[in-house]
Amino acid sequence: MIREAYVNMAVLALLLIVPVWAQMTGEPFTITLATRAVIFALAAVGLNVALGLGGMVSLGHAVFFGIGGYAMGILAFHAQTFTPVMTWPADVPGTKSMPIIWLVAMLTSGLAALAIGALSLRTAGVYFIMITLAFGQMAYFFTISWPTYGGEDGLSIYVRNGFPGLNTLAPMPFFAICFTLLCLVLLFVALLARSPFGLALNAARQSPARVQTVGLDPQRLKLVAFVISGVITGLAGALFADLNRFVSPTMFSWQMSGEIMVFVILGGVARLCGPVVGAVVFVALEHILGDLSDYWHIWLGALLLVIVLFARGGIVGLLAGRARAHD
Amino acid sequence: MSAILIIEQILNGLQFGVMLFLMAAGLTLIFGVMGLINLAHGSLYMIGAFAAAAVAGLTGSFLLALVAAMAAAAVAGVLVEVVVIRRLYATDHLDQVLATFALILIFSEGTRWMFGSFPLFLDIPDYLSGPVTLPGGIQYPLYRLVLIGAGLAVAAGLGLLITRTRIGIQIRAGENDREMIAALGVDISRLYTLIFMLGAALAGLAGALVGAIQSVQVGMGEPVLILAFVVIVIGGIGSIKGALVGALLVGLTDTLGGIFLPELFKLFTDPATATAAGASLASMAIYILMGAVLIWRPTGLFGARA
Repeated sequence: MIREAYVNMAVLALLLIVPVWAQMTGEPFTITLATRAVIFALAAVGLNVALGLGGMVSLGHAVFFGIGGYAMGILAFHAQTFTPVMTWPADVPGTKSMPIIWLVAMLTSGLAALAIGALSLRTAGVYFIMITLAFGQMAYFFTISWPTYGGEDGLSIYVRNGFPGLNTLAPMPFFAICFTLLCLVLLFVALLARSPFGLALNAARQSPARVQTVGLDPQRLKLVAFVISGVITGLAGALFADLNRFVSPTMFSWQMSGEIMVFVILGGVARLCGPVVGAVVFVALEHILGDLSDYWHIWLGALLLVIVLFARGGIVGLLAGRARAHD
Repeated sequence: MSAILIIEQILNGLQFGVMLFLMAAGLTLIFGVMGLINLAHGSLYMIGAFAAAAVAGLTGSFLLALVAAMAAAAVAGVLVEVVVIRRLYATDHLDQVLATFALILIFSEGTRWMFGSFPLFLDIPDYLSGPVTLPGGIQYPLYRLVLIGAGLAVAAGLGLLITRTRIGIQIRAGENDREMIAALGVDISRLYTLIFMLGAALAGLAGALVGAIQSVQVGMGEPVLILAFVVIVIGGIGSIKGALVGALLVGLTDTLGGIFLPELFKLFTDPATATAAGASLASMAIYILMGAVLIWRPTGLFGARA
């Protein structure tokens, strides 16, 4: 565990040093790249709560990513066109304020996670994977065929939303916001994993029957974890939309769900910083291999295969060794 | 809304359904017997379509193209099974999802590298093109009728294979208790490769048959793959009968929903809203169907295992 803590520190330090260095040498694109990695990491940390702690293989986390994105898109769209979001039961105007957008994104994706989780957790195993995938597809096709907010073309937001006291238009402050949020969420997840709830959830993953015997409801523990997981991924979705100033149904696509899952597994399932490592490596590979070859997905695929077949436990597992004997 | 239109749409739904069945049959066998989630099944469908388009372009023969599609997909299937999939049977679903996701990346980009990003076209042969007149004066494309016939024939053939032959007995035994049939002297790993090959060939056939009415392009397999998953989850994983019922349900729901839901909504609201709302609901209809089936019966209509 000590070695894993060093790996975690090193990853976060690296993630902070690279953009600072890029800022000094005047390479704003690298900062944007780092911001992208941080946001993907946040989304994957969210999935890891469901996947790693709760043992729920959700192939539909793009739903929450997309809902977060569209929460930002819809609020900012109404703010930039000066139209109300709704007129009943009360007039609700759009907003360009990040904290409010985050709150709405987390609330809506949390509610969606509650509904999807409550229905999906009636099933288990492969049926759970499939039903979460189906919810993802539902959301995807719904946004494509729903014309009010751009349908298949998505929504463009002309100016990045604001955060009190910071100039979010420059790459560095926006990176700082995303990085701070990532660290806060990591701290929260670390505390969560050690809390009585986290321990009970861990037990529910390993042996639902025993958890039930001591008087806890494993389904309810999993549902709560699923909601927390959806909330975090939803927050990442709102940030991702703000990074691109664009939302489209692609955020809901099942490839997106697959990629978020790839981040988690590439880095290491159930490791605190596994998703962070996975996202950073993925974005770096995308950038480096994408420069070398138009067909870089072949190499990404080959690398993933090697990891699945020969390096169980992901990159953090390789670096820090096997964490817990009971896993 | 005339009776002719309704019958046409039902036929379209049937055609879509039987093509989904060709995909779903392989998936459900592979899952039922080996316990493997194969996301790369859509890539085998794509390989079939590309092989058919390439061979049809070279030789001009549609039948040769179909044979080539099945052969190419079967070879790719065996290769994948022996090199990668075989190592995944003992692992959990998460590793299977990731490894087969990786295979999709490799196959899609590999195909793009070989054939380019532009869609290819596979023409319907002259002797199968053009409309036929059905009883009641309905004009319907001959090729789509052939697809329905071919799909139902494959379904019947698979049914016979599973219930009447020695291989079929082994497959059913493998679903129930793989240790036991291995102990009885059946070469289980050869049986697995065989099932994988069969599933791959069916996916390749579906790709080639559908490739003639749609364009043949990279990424064509994934939408069908997801629908095929919906089909086997509705039908119950491992059941061929379930796959057939599920495929027809999904095909009919998708096709008829797209036509009738907007019409239905027009009874309540103005046409513009009705069209938009109907179209959004129709595009989600099969997923709503799947959700409803799973909530009602968590292991699908014909699924036995928890």
